[in-house]
Amino acid sequence: MTRQAISLKDISYSDKGVAILKNISGSFPEGYITTLVGPSGAGKTTLFRLCNGLRSPNSGQIYINDKTINEYNPVELRRKVGIALQSAAMINGTILQNLSLPFDLQGKQFSKEFALELLQDVGLTSDFLHRDVKDLSGGQRQKLSIARTLVNRPDILLLDEITSSLDRVSQQDIEELIVKINKKYKTTIIWITHNLEQARTLGNYTWVMMNGQLVEAGPPSLLDDPIDEKVRLFVKGHEQ
Amino acid sequence: MNYLTLSLALIFVIIPLLLSKTLKLGLEKDTTIAAVRSIIQLLAVGYLLHFVFETENIVFIFLMVLLMIGAATQNARRKGKAIKGITWKLFLTFLFIEILTQSILLGLSIIPSTAQYIIPISGMIIGNSMVLSILFLNRFISEVKDHVEQTELILSLGGTPKQAIHTQLVQSIKSSTIPTIESQKTIGLVQLPGMMSGQIIAGADPVQAVQFQLLILFILLTTAVITSIMLGYLSYPSLFNNRMQLLKLEEK
Repeated sequence: MTRQAISLKDISYSDKGVAILKNISGSFPEGYITTLVGPSGAGKTTLFRLCNGLRSPNSGQIYINDKTINEYNPVELRRKVGIALQSAAMINGTILQNLSLPFDLQGKQFSKEFALELLQDVGLTSDFLHRDVKDLSGGQRQKLSIARTLVNRPDILLLDEITSSLDRVSQQDIEELIVKINKKYKTTIIWITHNLEQARTLGNYTWVMMNGQLVEAGPPSLLDDPIDEKVRLFVKGHEQ
Repeated sequence: MNYLTLSLALIFVIIPLLLSKTLKLGLEKDTTIAAVRSIIQLLAVGYLLHFVFETENIVFIFLMVLLMIGAATQNARRKGKAIKGITWKLFLTFLFIEILTQSILLGLSIIPSTAQYIIPISGMIIGNSMVLSILFLNRFISEVKDHVEQTELILSLGGTPKQAIHTQLVQSIKSSTIPTIESQKTIGLVQLPGMMSGQIIAGADPVQAVQFQLLILFILLTTAVITSIMLGYLSYPSLFNNRMQLLKLEEK
């Protein structure tokens, strides 16, 4: 039986009285690439922030490898569950300074060899190392953001719409990268995407979220024949 | 100076009032309030000081300093309402600075331990600390609001709240203390400081006035740096909860 990397039980979250997540129960299988699809405002990014511990649910429980999220020290949790957001936020400075940030925070020495290995993993060449992050393209920033998250060697990687603003070539690069990370490091990947084709071809499991609720979950083939009428309309809308 | 000659000084209030009225600047109300408040407050303080100096009672000196700290806290807290518990943080900062500086001044006999010295110097220390704390809070709150993404980035990578807020904290400390340091570089060249000018007008020896002014300037350097650092380190933990999550700043 497949172990669950993250399990959610009756998770609800609201902000300023507005319900964003409503009684979500479900799980993300360990070692899988799970794609998370749904219209904007469905609560997908909020769910990620809950799993990384940047926010806490108002009610319900989150389990990471069978331990409740509150049993983890927040620092330990965030190193175990890495997150790369769509905005790909950077600190001012060079690519090396951004890459070494997770180690700097722990007071650990960051070797150039490790930096080069990470750059190679994400398809960036060594001459990028001393470039200013301001000079990077959108795709390069996303790659750097993923590489920086990998520095902590997370067991679970949360990727939030990291390909949505990229051109087709950059998208393909990132797609290949995600599969490579999943295979090479056995990292569980949970990936928010608006591209249903990515969900069908690259994912092993799919969640469909709408209006703060988990509407359907299962193998990606569920997108070909959804049970829920709202999901059917959503999929149809994306394929037109 | 008697009250008749002082009343002639009101010409300097009438000039801005007339200009404001003519040019429709709309400053008449605020100018009048400022002038009336200055007269009432300073005269009241003058009589109060006269009484305290006469009695030379330590309790009155203590109460006077406490009043200054209370007024400074009340004034500065409005700028920092977004930070939880800012009132006691400001109070503690002003109190610490007052105790530290007076301990050095009195402990090393730099000034005599009389109300005539303790109260005016306390006023300058607490007043400067209040201005610094307002500058610091303004800057710190806007730095925090403008850099939520970077703060959460560092938290998400496993950084502690202190690491996540470090850049914003240092930036706010620097930018609030720079004016004090910069103004001291040109002091005496561009303007004569208020206290020194006052002493010279009152007939004191200019060299003696300079010595006291230097003392005050050095105290203000310490005050500036300690106010920002202490307030910063007292304030930043309130921005996070015990799960190391960045909280939203309370609305004013």
